[in-house]
Amino acid sequence: MQNKPILSLKNIVTTVNSGTPSENIILSNLNLDIFSGDFITVLGSNGAGKSTLFNTIAGNLAITSGHILLNGKEIAKETVEKRAQYLGRVFQDPKMGTAPRMTVAENLNLALRRGNSRNLTLRHLTSHKSHFKELTSSMSNGLNTKLDVATESLSGGQRQALSFLMAIIKKPELLLLDEHTAALDPKTSFQLMEETNKTISEQRLTCLMITHHLDDALKYGNRLIVLDKGKVVFDVAGPEKEQLTKERLLSFFNDLIEA
Amino acid sequence: MSMVVSSIGQGLLWAILGVALFLTFRILNFPDMTVEGTFPLGAAVTTAAITRGVSPFLACLLGFIAGALAGLLTGLLYTKGKIPILLAGILVMTACLSINLRIMGGSNISLLGKQTIFSNHFLESLPKYFDSVFVGLVTVAIITILLMLFLQTELGQAFIATGDNPTMARSLGINTDSMTIMGLMLSNGIIGLGGALISQSNGYADVNMGIGIIVIALASIIIGEVVFGELTLNQRLIAVTLGSIIYRFVILIVLQLGFSTNDLNLLSAIILALCLMSPVLGKKLKLTKILTQGGSRNAK
Repeated sequence: MQNKPILSLKNIVTTVNSGTPSENIILSNLNLDIFSGDFITVLGSNGAGKSTLFNTIAGNLAITSGHILLNGKEIAKETVEKRAQYLGRVFQDPKMGTAPRMTVAENLNLALRRGNSRNLTLRHLTSHKSHFKELTSSMSNGLNTKLDVATESLSGGQRQALSFLMAIIKKPELLLLDEHTAALDPKTSFQLMEETNKTISEQRLTCLMITHHLDDALKYGNRLIVLDKGKVVFDVAGPEKEQLTKERLLSFFNDLIEA
Repeated sequence: MSMVVSSIGQGLLWAILGVALFLTFRILNFPDMTVEGTFPLGAAVTTAAITRGVSPFLACLLGFIAGALAGLLTGLLYTKGKIPILLAGILVMTACLSINLRIMGGSNISLLGKQTIFSNHFLESLPKYFDSVFVGLVTVAIITILLMLFLQTELGQAFIATGDNPTMARSLGINTDSMTIMGLMLSNGIIGLGGALISQSNGYADVNMGIGIIVIALASIIIGEVVFGELTLNQRLIAVTLGSIIYRFVILIVLQLGFSTNDLNLLSAIILALCLMSPVLGKKLKLTKILTQGGSRNAK
C-alpha cells in the first residue's frame, strides 16, 4: 500500500435538514483513506451512512465540516459536475444511470466526454463505433448488438451493464458502485459482478462498492470496511481480509446491533 | 383555395412557436408558460422598433433577443431561485404584460403604412397569402435545420441528456442548470421571433395576442405526434410543422361549420384535449387501428 491516498476523507460530518427539528447527523467524524488500486467493499446496515458517504464523495450532499482531499487537493467545495471529471458512478436503480431516450451509442458518447466541456462540435458517433462495439462486447449480454437502440428498451441487466461501461469508458480516479447489481435477478447480477471484478482488476481501477451481500463483500476486493452510525468501524485489507469468514462478519454485525 | 393557402401560411408561421416549444416541452420535459408573455413581447419590441424607423430585419432580431432575455429570467428563477418551473413561467409571463404595455405605449400598435419584412418587391409580387407561406416556410426551415444540427453537437447532446435524465447528466459533468437556462433562452428567443413575424404578418401587435398561444404551440407538437407516430428526433421536429398546418386546417373546417372566431380559444383547447386524450380514446373507441392504416409504424 502506498503512503499517499488517492482520496482522503478527514473528520467528515454530514448533516441533513440542519437547523430544523428533523436535523440528523448521518456521517459523524468519518475518516477514510483510499489508496490507488484499492477495491473496497462497503458494508453496513440500513441508515449506517453508506449512500450518504457516496453522495458526500460525489458532491450531491455538502459536508457540514471536514475535508475531502483528492490527491491532496481539497475538493469539498467543488460541485457534482466538477467532481465528475474524477469520478465514475453507477447507481443502484438501472434507470438512474442512463438517458432513456438516447441510444446506447449516444449514452456512451456522452460518458466519453465526462468532465469535459461540451461545445458546438458535431458528435462523431461513427468514428467511435468500433470502440463502442469492442467495449460492449466485453459484456456477455448482447449489448453490442444494440448500439443504435434507445436505452429505454433495454433490459435492466443491459441498462446496468451500460451504466457500468459509462462509468469506466473514461478511466475514473475513483469508481463508485452503489449496489449496482442489487436490482437484477441472481443470474444477471452474478454475471455483472464477475464482469465488474474482471474490469476493475484488468484496468487497475480504484473502487468503492456498496453491497448488502456478505458473500460478495468477502469474495471481491482487497479491502472491506463496515460503516455504523456514520463512522468506519471496521477496516481490513490484504491477507487479513482474505482470512475473514462470513461467521466472523455476522458476529461482528450482531455485536453492532446489540451495542 | 385562398383560404387553404392562407391556412398553410398561418400554419407555417405558427409552426415556429411549436418548434420552439418542442425544446422545452419535449426535450427538457416541462411546460414553459413564459411563452404566453414572450410571444407578445417579441411582437411589441418589433412593432415598436419598426414604428421608430428600425429596419424590419433588425427589429425581428430585437424580438428574438427580448424573448431570449425573458427566457433567461425564467431560467434563473427556476434554477437559482428554486421556484417551480410552472410558477416561474407564470411570473415572467405576468411581468411581460406590463412590460409589453410600456414598450408599446398602449394596448396595441398598428403597422399600417410601415415597412415590414412583407413590404418587399418579391413578396408583394406573389399571389395573395403566398407571402406568409414563403416567409413561414423559409423561417421554419432555417430554424428546424439549425436545431437539427445543434442537437447533433456535443452541446446539443448534453442538452438532450439534461431533459432525459438530469441525475445522470450531472454525474457526467453536465451543468444541468446552464443547459436548462440555455434551452429556455433559445426557446423563448424563437417564440419572440415568432411574435415578431406574426405581428408583421397581421399588421399590428396587441397586448392580448399571447393568450392561449401555449395551447396552439402544444397542439402542433401533439397533432404531429398523434398523426405521425414514432419518429426519430429530426423527424419529430419536422412533424411539428406538419402538425401546425393540420391544426390550421382543423380550425378552418370548424370555422366553416359556422363557429365564430370568438370561439377559437375554446376550439383550440378542445382540439388539444382530444389529441392529448387520443391514446385513451383510441383504445376505448378502437380508433388506433383505423387511424394507423396506411403504413404508419405506430401500431401499438
